[in-house]
Amino acid sequence: MHLAYPAVLSALLFCTGLYGVLARRNAILVLMSVELMLNAVNLNLVAFDVWLSKAAEETLHSGQALTLFTIAIAAAEIGIGLAIVLAVHRNRGTADIDKLRDTSERHDPDGPDSDARTAEQPGEAQKAEATA
Amino acid sequence: MTTTTLAVLVPLLPFLGAAAGLLLGRTAPGFVRPLAVLPTLTSLVLAALVAARQGGDTAVNAATELTPTGSVPIELALHIDGFAALVAVLVGLVASCVQIYSTGYLRDDPRYPSYAALVSLFTSAMLLVVYSGDLIVLLVGWEVMGICSYFLVGHYWETPEARAASLKAFLVTKLGDVPFLIGLFALATDAGSFRITKVLGAVASGGLDHPTLIALLLLAGVAGKSAQFPLHTWLPDAMAGPTPVSALIHAATMVAAGVYFIARLLPVFEASQAAMIVLAVMAAVTMAGSALAALAQDDIKRVLAYSTIGQLGYMTGALAVGDRGAAVFHLLSHGAFKALLFLAAGVIIHAAGTNSLAAMSRMRNLRDRVPDAFWTMTVALLALAAIPPFSGFFSKEAVLGVAEHVVTGHTEHAPAAAGWIVLVAGLLTAVLTAAYAMRLWLLAFRGRGAEAPDHGRQPLTMTVVLWVLAIPSLALGGFAFRVLPDWFDGRDLGPTLTTSVLGTGLALAGGIVTYGAWRHTTALAARIPLGAVSAHPEGDAAQVEAEAIATHEPAYGDIAYAPDPADPGRLLLGPLHRPAAAGFHLDAVYTALFVRPVQAGASLVRFLDREVVETYVRGAGALPRWLGTVVRRAQTGNVQTYVSALLAGTVVLAVAVVLVATGA
Repeated sequence: MHLAYPAVLSALLFCTGLYGVLARRNAILVLMSVELMLNAVNLNLVAFDVWLSKAAEETLHSGQALTLFTIAIAAAEIGIGLAIVLAVHRNRGTADIDKLRDTSERHDPDGPDSDARTAEQPGEAQKAEATA
Repeated sequence: MTTTTLAVLVPLLPFLGAAAGLLLGRTAPGFVRPLAVLPTLTSLVLAALVAARQGGDTAVNAATELTPTGSVPIELALHIDGFAALVAVLVGLVASCVQIYSTGYLRDDPRYPSYAALVSLFTSAMLLVVYSGDLIVLLVGWEVMGICSYFLVGHYWETPEARAASLKAFLVTKLGDVPFLIGLFALATDAGSFRITKVLGAVASGGLDHPTLIALLLLAGVAGKSAQFPLHTWLPDAMAGPTPVSALIHAATMVAAGVYFIARLLPVFEASQAAMIVLAVMAAVTMAGSALAALAQDDIKRVLAYSTIGQLGYMTGALAVGDRGAAVFHLLSHGAFKALLFLAAGVIIHAAGTNSLAAMSRMRNLRDRVPDAFWTMTVALLALAAIPPFSGFFSKEAVLGVAEHVVTGHTEHAPAAAGWIVLVAGLLTAVLTAAYAMRLWLLAFRGRGAEAPDHGRQPLTMTVVLWVLAIPSLALGGFAFRVLPDWFDGRDLGPTLTTSVLGTGLALAGGIVTYGAWRHTTALAARIPLGAVSAHPEGDAAQVEAEAIATHEPAYGDIAYAPDPADPGRLLLGPLHRPAAAGFHLDAVYTALFVRPVQAGASLVRFLDREVVETYVRGAGALPRWLGTVVRRAQTGNVQTYVSALLAGTVVLAVAVVLVATGA
């Protein structure tokens, strides 16, 4: 089999995954898309390993070995990822990425001086510590 | 034990007592009183032993150098001559009396442990000054006294008067101490040593290059410590401290240190005629001015404070005419009767519930409430007014006699001008001293009006020490003036006929005139009611006093003045009364000359810092802050946006790498 077939296939898979990661809203679908991208890489690794080992006199099949590592890590990653998504869904009642924006910069009216303000108002800082 | 060992223990014991008192004050309150009284009493006994062994013979000298310190060596040195031995006995006696008195006076005070420890530290610092044979070690004691006076004057720190007074005492004495330090360095550089014996040796062989400069610099420190014009203003305000502290500061420690220092180094001052004249003028202005001010004060303790300034003026006057024997003689007798005056005044303030003489003059039977204070205070006031045969008479006549001696030209080491200045001012002050002593006695004990408030019996600790101190006030002078020359320089200290008759006559005249004025004005007292009294039958004396000090200004409009037309001082002083009550407005002058410019400078610095420097800082921070605001907008919280940006960056980098690799 010519190298072009798996390469094209893996490129298509990777692009599909990339689209999913960038455009899907559901966190589980984003995770699945990440899996797609990983598998596209795996496919590439295997295909190029075969192609390279044809020319070589002896080979360690490092591409295939690396694939095994990737699969193992991907399994762990999807496990943790799904657990997080599950926890978030239980907490917030949604797994919509667009609505999970806690890390965004709040738009204070006088944003630039927020540091100075907390320094001048120790009461507020203490309150924040107490709630944290 | 050798005399040296005993002498080392004298300042060391109160110091250890102070350290133990500060450490154990909270954990073991039962030990505080013994730790305060016993070390001081022991060091009194040891000081008496040292004095007995020294006996006015050749000075005891001992020195040990802990470590080489560079150019001029600093040694832990003792130099105990007759002056040191006797002054140490006085310090020990007064400090012991004050400590015993304080156990009663501050009976319920929550800060008594730290107070007693500081009094012990104060005592130990003074004893160090007295015994030290090295000027730098002396300076250590000198400065420790400064900080102790700061803490003790501010003992009632709840009242703003005490806070202001403690700061003032510290700053004004430090104003003198800076030139004093420079003067010590200059003196040591010229003489090649900090040891007093070597400095005196260098002076004797004419080794000083700048005697006038050194003497004037040292004089500044002495004026600050001994409350001489123009640095005396801290002393009347220091009355905001507890009465035992006033007694300690005024009688034996702190103010005595300056006079004692000049007495030790008198040859240094005598090397400069100009310094002696300055000293004489300083003494004269201090004497006369403070006596006038004392005649106008309303607070009983401020009368005594100004009287202390005046009596110190006598001592510096005696030094200005080159007789340290007379100066230290007056220091000793003044220490005894002034401590007695203050301690008795503490009892009176407690019994009367006020520190205002105007209020006391409207109280009946105050002397029956405090018979001990009445009799001992009478003795002390007679001594203060220099009426024979009380001790003040002999010491004051010694001073005046020396001045007369100089005037008639019998001595060569002091300028005759200084003699005239001291003699005239001393005689003038003798009149005024008798006048204000008489006024104090009449107003305090011959009042009529409502019955004095009942504070119960005074504690035994407070009355016994009065009688202990009454003995030297009564008898010290008469017995000592024949013996003391053996201890001092050997010059005769006996009263001479001319000055005795003149001085006693003037004192009697002052007293009689005041009595006449009082007879004239006392009828007015009944008609004009006046006075605020704080009565705490359960509380200790310190509480009453703190309240009396704090209420004087609200009640009478001024800390030193009461609008009392029945005051004989007002009749005697006439138009001078108001400025004299305010200390001749010297504080206002200092405020205009020093305080205001410093405050203006401070507000200028504040303006420069707040408005100029900070503007630059804020300007420098503006650009990064603006950039930060812009960049922060990219932080939307949407992970997908971040990944998109990441992808875009990767693509751009990849394209760039490809373009560079292909050489396009």
